[in-house]
Amino acid sequence: MTNNKKMYDKGMVIVGLCIFVVVITFPFWFNLGNAAPAPEPKLTGKAAEDGQQCVESKEYMKTEHMQILNEWRDTVVRDAKRTYVNNNGKKFNMSLTNTCLDCHTEKAEFCDKCHNYASVSPYCWECHIDPKEAK
Amino acid sequence: MESSRRSFLKIAGISALGLGAKPVLDVLASSGENGEKVKPETMKGKDALTAKRWGLVIDTRKLQSEEDLKPMIEVCDKIHNIPDFENKNHEIKWIWTEEFHHIFPTQGHEFLDEEVENLSFLTLCNHCEKPACVRVCPTKATFKREDGIVLMDFHRCIGCRFCMAACPYGSRSFNFRDPRPFIKEQNPEFPTRSKGVVEKCNFCAERLAVGKLPACVEVSNGVLTFGDLDDPESEVRKVLRNNYTIRRKPALGAGPSVFYII
Repeated sequence: MTNNKKMYDKGMVIVGLCIFVVVITFPFWFNLGNAAPAPEPKLTGKAAEDGQQCVESKEYMKTEHMQILNEWRDTVVRDAKRTYVNNNGKKFNMSLTNTCLDCHTEKAEFCDKCHNYASVSPYCWECHIDPKEAK
Repeated sequence: MESSRRSFLKIAGISALGLGAKPVLDVLASSGENGEKVKPETMKGKDALTAKRWGLVIDTRKLQSEEDLKPMIEVCDKIHNIPDFENKNHEIKWIWTEEFHHIFPTQGHEFLDEEVENLSFLTLCNHCEKPACVRVCPTKATFKREDGIVLMDFHRCIGCRFCMAACPYGSRSFNFRDPRPFIKEQNPEFPTRSKGVVEKCNFCAERLAVGKLPACVEVSNGVLTFGDLDDPESEVRKVLRNNYTIRRKPALGAGPSVFYII
């Protein structure tokens, strides 16, 4: 058993392996350094005005807006509670179209830009209306 | 060092486990802090109308023809973004008209007053006390709220249409196609629906939340009376006390919250 360590077709196998590794990693090194920069959502309308404060802090909204929207959806539909009070005691009507889009008037610049970049397609807009697109 | 295949696999397995465990532990360690950071409050609006059980009385004596019912249907269609499909099989109905024999199939007879027989009756979701649609919904997309309103959560509806089969009043409609292109004038304040969900009257839950009566009641010129069935002093209870009223298909025991004065 110990003397049986000969590798058959050594040259072919190693060359084959090298080609395999090069091909499989092709997308990584081919696109190296070419990554599209993450877009910055653009503030428009009321949201662009000085001193405007969103429902929660910018950092929180950046990472947790989807959770907040999910909670809003459930409390509004299930519990019939439509008013949201943040830590500063400010009240908001929990509504995507009537509150979020009231300040962030350009859905294309604010929502779609990042969602397209991150390749996520939330189904919000199948039902909720962007007043800009309404007819 | 001589290594067998067996020992190589062992080491590889343990290494993979170690590498995989790190991200999982990181996530578990961090999940606590994020959740505690924001503790907001949610509440009902200060103008919101509340009740134990909302109910509606339709005084059909005040109606002469279908024309009288049109404004109520039109205002509902308009504010709720109800599409107008040409194909009758695709029709979406929240509030609509039917003849006596269709809505009261067991309460008619051959000598019925002709005026009543030919009258158009307004009908809508009955917001039943024991709603069959809620019992059969496999995803709890349709549910009964604390104030008696039987509501749809369109986010959860999977379009199985069990509720349509269960509802004895035909109050539910299915979106066989995308309704958006068929809405004459969109009301941005209220969402549309998407293809593949069931919809029905919501007793204007979105208006009650801001202190307004249902839209059909507002334009009815006194034909419709809306209020809390649980409150003996409410307007609906007064109307119910002073008039003989009937409900649709009483033998089924669904307990409709919509009453008719004939």
